[in-house]
Amino acid sequence: MSTYADPYASSRETTEGTVFSVTGGDWDSLVTEIGQAKEERVVVNMGPQHPSTHGVLRLVLELEGETVTEVRCGIGYLHTGIEKNIEFRNWTQATTFVTRMDYLAPLFNEAAYCLGVEKLLGITNDVPEKANVIRVMMMEFNRISSHMVALGTGALELGALSPMIFCFREREKVLDIFEFISGLRMNMAYIRPGGVAQDLPTGTVEKILATVKDLRHSFKDNEKLLVGNSIWMKRTEGIGYLDLAGATTLGVTGPVIRATGLPLDLRKIQPYSGYENYKFDVVTADTCDVYGRFLIRINELEQSLRIIEQCAEKLKSLEGAPVMVADKKIAWPAQLAIGADGMGNSLSHIREIMGTSMESLIHHFKLVTEGFRVPAGQVYSAVESPRGELGAHVVSDGGTRPYRVHFREPSFNNLQSTSAMCEGSMVADIIGAVASIDPVMGGVDR
Amino acid sequence: MSEDKQGMFGAHGTGDTSGYGGLVASAASAGSAQRPFGGYFDQVTDDLERAYPDFADAIERVVVDRGELTLHIKRERLVEVALILRDKLKFEMSMGVSGVHYPDDTNRELHAVYHLLSVTNNQRIRLEVSVPDIDPHIPSLVEVWAGSNWNERETFDMFGIIFDGHPGLTRILMPDDWQGHPQRKDYALGGIPVEYKGAVVPPPSDRRSYK
Repeated sequence: MSTYADPYASSRETTEGTVFSVTGGDWDSLVTEIGQAKEERVVVNMGPQHPSTHGVLRLVLELEGETVTEVRCGIGYLHTGIEKNIEFRNWTQATTFVTRMDYLAPLFNEAAYCLGVEKLLGITNDVPEKANVIRVMMMEFNRISSHMVALGTGALELGALSPMIFCFREREKVLDIFEFISGLRMNMAYIRPGGVAQDLPTGTVEKILATVKDLRHSFKDNEKLLVGNSIWMKRTEGIGYLDLAGATTLGVTGPVIRATGLPLDLRKIQPYSGYENYKFDVVTADTCDVYGRFLIRINELEQSLRIIEQCAEKLKSLEGAPVMVADKKIAWPAQLAIGADGMGNSLSHIREIMGTSMESLIHHFKLVTEGFRVPAGQVYSAVESPRGELGAHVVSDGGTRPYRVHFREPSFNNLQSTSAMCEGSMVADIIGAVASIDPVMGGVDR
Repeated sequence: MSEDKQGMFGAHGTGDTSGYGGLVASAASAGSAQRPFGGYFDQVTDDLERAYPDFADAIERVVVDRGELTLHIKRERLVEVALILRDKLKFEMSMGVSGVHYPDDTNRELHAVYHLLSVTNNQRIRLEVSVPDIDPHIPSLVEVWAGSNWNERETFDMFGIIFDGHPGLTRILMPDDWQGHPQRKDYALGGIPVEYKGAVVPPPSDRRSYK
C-alpha cells in the first residue's frame, strides 16, 4: 500500500476490500498499488459520466485481468417521469413530452404515441394520405439522422475520429430539412393525433430531392472510411456476439436482431402509416456481431433514401391536400404557420376567430383548453424506430387526458443484452458492443 | 375502469362556477367478447384451449377491442400459460410488461399487462393480470422470457408489483432509497407553484382542468 496520499488516486479499506478512487490522469500510483494486491479480481465502475458509455450509462464491470466476468448496467440517471407527466396534460400536449424521450428519434416517439391515440379514437383510416406520406418521409429522414449519430459516435468511441465529423455533417443536412418543415431541428412535436402539425412549406419537394442526392453522394464517401477498413474490422468482427435465440428471449429488436439474420422489421411485417405502399428491402446480416450491426445501419441509409424519393413522388400530386383529419372536434389547430417569432397560429386563422366568427373562437378555445375526449380502452401501437420496436401502450379512461401511457423502448430492452454480449470478452470490446446496441439514455430512462 | 365521474373539472375546490359540476358521465369499458372474435383471434384461442385444457379456469375474460386481443388471466396460471404460448403457439418474444393502476377497481387495483409477439405467425396478443393492492404478488416470467427482467423491475419500481421468483427485484429507474412507487395514481406528481408577473401558476396537478 502506498505510504503517501495521492490526491488523484486515493484508496480506502472497506468490508468488500480496498476501494481505489481515480479522479485524475495520473494512473501510476494506482497501477503500483494494484500490482501489490493479491487478488486478480477487480470491480471497476465505468460511468455514468464517461465519454465512451454512449450517454449517462453506468457499467459495473468485474474483471479478471483484462477479461470481463460480469457486467451490470446502472440506468435511471436520465429518468424524467415523462410517462407520469403526460397523465396531467391533454392528449395533444403529450406529444410535446414524448418527443423528448429518445431525443435522437423524436418523430418515432410521436408516431408511436399518435398511432395509439388514433387507434383508440378509431380514426386510423381517416388520417389523410398526405399526412401519412409526410409521416413516413419525416421518419425516414429521422432514421438517417439517428443512424448518423450511431455510426459517428460508435466510431468515435472505438477511436476513429473522422467518421464522426462526416456523420454529424450529414446529420446537419437532415436537421435542416426538419427545421425547414417543422420550424424545429429536434423535439418538434410535429406528428399530432390525427395528422401532422402543419402543411409542408412551398418548395419542399425540390429541397428534399436535392438533399437526397447530396446525402447519397456523401454516404459513399462515408462508407469508404470504415467498410472493409482492416483496423475497424479487427475491433468489430466477432465482437459483442448475440445469436437469434439470445436476442429473441431478451426481446431485442432492430439492427441487433437483424444482424442475426432475422428480417424482423415492422415496416414490412406489420405496416403502419402506409408503409405497404413503398418499395424497400429489409437489410440483414448473419454475423451476429458489431460489424454486422454496423453494416446494417450503413445499408439502411440507402433504403431510407429510396423511401424518401417515393414520398417525394407522391407529394407532387398531393399539393394542397389536407394534413389533419376532417373531424374538427379532434383536429387540433393545424392551421399553424411559421411567423417572424416562430411557429404559431396562422394569421388567417386568427383573423377568422377574432374578427368574423364567434363560433370558431368558441370552438378553438374549447379544443385548446379542454382538448378532446378519447373513448375508454387500451391499445398497443408499435413502430420500427432506428433502434427496434418502439411500442406505446396507451390507456384511456374516456377523459381528456391519457390515463396511462407506457413506452416499450427499444433502447431499454436492447441494453439488457449488454451482459450477454460482453461477459467473457475483453474490457475494450464492451465499448464496441454497447455502441452497436446504440442505446439512447433519454429513451432508456424516459 | 368503470367508475362514474362527477363534474367536468379535474381539480376540486377551485370554484367551478360553470354550472357543470353536477354532470355525471359514466365510463364504459370494453366487455367480454363473444365468438367469433374475428381475424386470427379465434385460431389463437382455439389453439390455446387445445394445448391448455384448463383454459376456461385460467382465463377470466377474453376481450377483443379495437382489433386487439386481451386475455385476462389468473396470476397463479400465468407461468403455465406463458410457457404454452411460447412453446406451442410460437409467441417467441415478450415485448415487455406495463403496469396500470386502477384505484377504483376494488381488489384488482394493480394490473400487469404483457405484450407478446409471435414472429413465426406475425401475431400479437396481450395478457393482463390483475392483483389487489394489499397482495401485489405476480409470478415472474423471467424464466420464460429472459427479457422480462428489466421490464418487471421497472413495473416493480413504478407500481410496487412484486414479481415472485425474479432473480433480483430492485429499483431500476428511481434511486435505490426512493420512497413510494411514482406511477401509482395515489402518488402525487409534485411540482411547485411558480410566480410570474404577480400571478401564481399552480403545479400541473393542481391546475383546473377538464376530465
